Amino acid sequence: MRRRHLAAGALALASLIGTGPGALAQQQPVEIQFWHGLNQPLGGMLEQLATDFNGTQSQYKVVPSFRGGYAETVVAAIAAFRSNTAPHIVQMFEVGTGTMMSAGRAIKPLHELIAETGVAIDTRDFIGPVAGYYAAADGKLMAMPFNSSTAIAFYNKDMFQRAGLDPNSFPATWEGVEQAARKLKAAGIACPMTTAWPSWLMVEQLLAIHDVPLATRANGFEGLDTQLNLTNPVLTKHLTNLVNWQKEGLFRYAGRDTAGDPLFPAGECAITFASSGLRARITREARFEWGAAMLPYYEGTSPRNSIIGGAALWTMNRGPNARRSPEELKGVAEFFRYISSPAVMAKWHQDTGYVPVTRSAYEATKAAGFYQRNPGADVPIEQMLRGGEPTANSRGIRLGGFIEIRNIIQEEMERAFQGQVTPEQALASANTRGNQVLRNFERTNRNN
Amino acid sequence: MQKKVIFRGRLLPLALLAPQLAVTFVFFFWPAGQAIYQSLLREDAFGFSREFVGLENFHEVLADPNWVNAALNTLVFSSCVAGLALSLALFLAVQADKSLRGATMYRSLLIWPYAVAPAVAAVLWLFLFQPQIGLIGKGLNAIGIPWDYRLNGTHAMILVIIAAAWKQLAYNFIFFLAGLQSIPASVLEAAAIDGARPARRFWTVVFPLLSPTTFFLLVVNLTYAFFETFGIIHALTNGGPAKATETLIYKVYVDGVENLNLGQSAAQSVILMIIVIGLTAIQFRAIEKKVHY
Repeated sequence: MRRRHLAAGALALASLIGTGPGALAQQQPVEIQFWHGLNQPLGGMLEQLATDFNGTQSQYKVVPSFRGGYAETVVAAIAAFRSNTAPHIVQMFEVGTGTMMSAGRAIKPLHELIAETGVAIDTRDFIGPVAGYYAAADGKLMAMPFNSSTAIAFYNKDMFQRAGLDPNSFPATWEGVEQAARKLKAAGIACPMTTAWPSWLMVEQLLAIHDVPLATRANGFEGLDTQLNLTNPVLTKHLTNLVNWQKEGLFRYAGRDTAGDPLFPAGECAITFASSGLRARITREARFEWGAAMLPYYEGTSPRNSIIGGAALWTMNRGPNARRSPEELKGVAEFFRYISSPAVMAKWHQDTGYVPVTRSAYEATKAAGFYQRNPGADVPIEQMLRGGEPTANSRGIRLGGFIEIRNIIQEEMERAFQGQVTPEQALASANTRGNQVLRNFERTNRNN
Repeated sequence: MQKKVIFRGRLLPLALLAPQLAVTFVFFFWPAGQAIYQSLLREDAFGFSREFVGLENFHEVLADPNWVNAALNTLVFSSCVAGLALSLALFLAVQADKSLRGATMYRSLLIWPYAVAPAVAAVLWLFLFQPQIGLIGKGLNAIGIPWDYRLNGTHAMILVIIAAAWKQLAYNFIFFLAGLQSIPASVLEAAAIDGARPARRFWTVVFPLLSPTTFFLLVVNLTYAFFETFGIIHALTNGGPAKATETLIYKVYVDGVENLNLGQSAAQSVILMIIVIGLTAIQFRAIEKKVHY
């Protein structure tokens, strides 16, 4: 048995040497490793894009592989980089942006990629809030925007009807949402509202919409010497409300990240605040009438744009001292050009609920009458373009170690929901602990 | 008479030992040395800049209230898991040792959980205790107990303890059963003739004779609770809510892998290593003397 294996191996080796590397390169397309962090059904749609791209030409072959959630993908890519086996393309969620921006020679910035390969990707076509999020201080794009989402509200129209609420209008303010939740509860609905991504939705989006800074130095865009600003009155008020609503049975804390997602399509919760990317799942699973609406704000504020979430595609070098060949870079750039072409991007947007990251895809979708046929599908993009140009507080967040800071915020929120600490104490503690992370990051990255 | 092999030279015994020494070096000493080295450094995630900081990482870890919290969690978690898994396994083994009808079947069924992977075990318990879809979770809520391990830290701790103990039960059961079967029947018969009732026979004869097994299992169970429950905690609670189920080993993972703070994570694993070396030494020196062999 073993002998046979050995013989087969030797044969394979001999044939490999026989053909030689030159001949191999001609026969086989250049492989582009692409690590992503999307689970089903989105992951399947993403892999389909790679298959479609491979079908359009024979020079390059994009090989997508699923690496667990976003956070796991980041870690896997960094570990691979340290051992010289990093993928060509890694899908990195928006929270990792600060870390990647400071990653120096680990990454190949998008603007360099375009300049070196000469592949035509029109960076001016990206919509403002998306391009701004992934641009360096000099305005040049560092990563390829791809599946940007934003957060919106989804609500169960059948339950709204049952509670005597107007199923065709979702309250614009938190005060209105509170009233609605009370009516829903009175109508016997056990879970009037819940949320996914507690920190992203109830802290980061809330502050952007209310034009309040999350951290100094323009939310970290202007430098690493930034301090958190979590103890501000708006956030204190909101967390206090959430804790009170939870006690009253109006709000249910369902856990971190996507843990809150299933409660809405399953018909348990009447309102959920979630990523616009949840639309694909709701469309597939929900057995009731539902609507999408913009995130609420507190009375007396003029709401700004919401910030983006989701992920972008970063080009990575193979390892600390291993750069990519021009051939490989060309392949990456060609793939990027393919996915940002109007037809492909428009289809991705329509299938998934992610926002169209290019103007041309948005226009194409509009022209095709998609928003007329699917009311509410334009809520995310409308909300992102609300209130004119983004301010320093609504452009996005660029903090080093933000993955850890987000976990800290969520831990402290959980403490408040458990009643261990008051909302004020929770925020103060999150602020102190988060600042410690920022200082550590500043210290280890100041030389890069 | 003892059989003793005497080697003439030194080369052969060294050559015979070499594979084992190599394994120990490559898989134990080398990584441990790496951890100690790393614990004195401060590094960014990609490994571009490193700075020697001496014992600063240790200072920060020991001053961190979250580390103290993880240490207390570990204490509660390991003692509960070991206690629960040992006592239940002993009870079941004593029952299985009786001549029952279908005893073989009963024994094989009890051994099953040992073959279940930690992640699968976690999912099984999730299906039982999930407040919305779980059989028991739903039931508890229906009778008015607001069970929700995703928000209530105590509930989360109870859940991981149950799941971890269940996983270890089978292992303990096998050893206890073997231990019980090796107790000579004559001793028990003698006790019975002297008029000792079953309960008294158990505590004065069986239990002391089982003590070597119990001691061995105690060590194994504590090590299990310390190091091998990562999978269960990761799949059930992710160390949450609000760090309620974050044990020392889980915190090493969170800080090193999730937060990419390699220096502090290494410092924690060095501390963990010292704790375990100490624990094992104490266990073998102090407790072993009192064990009835």
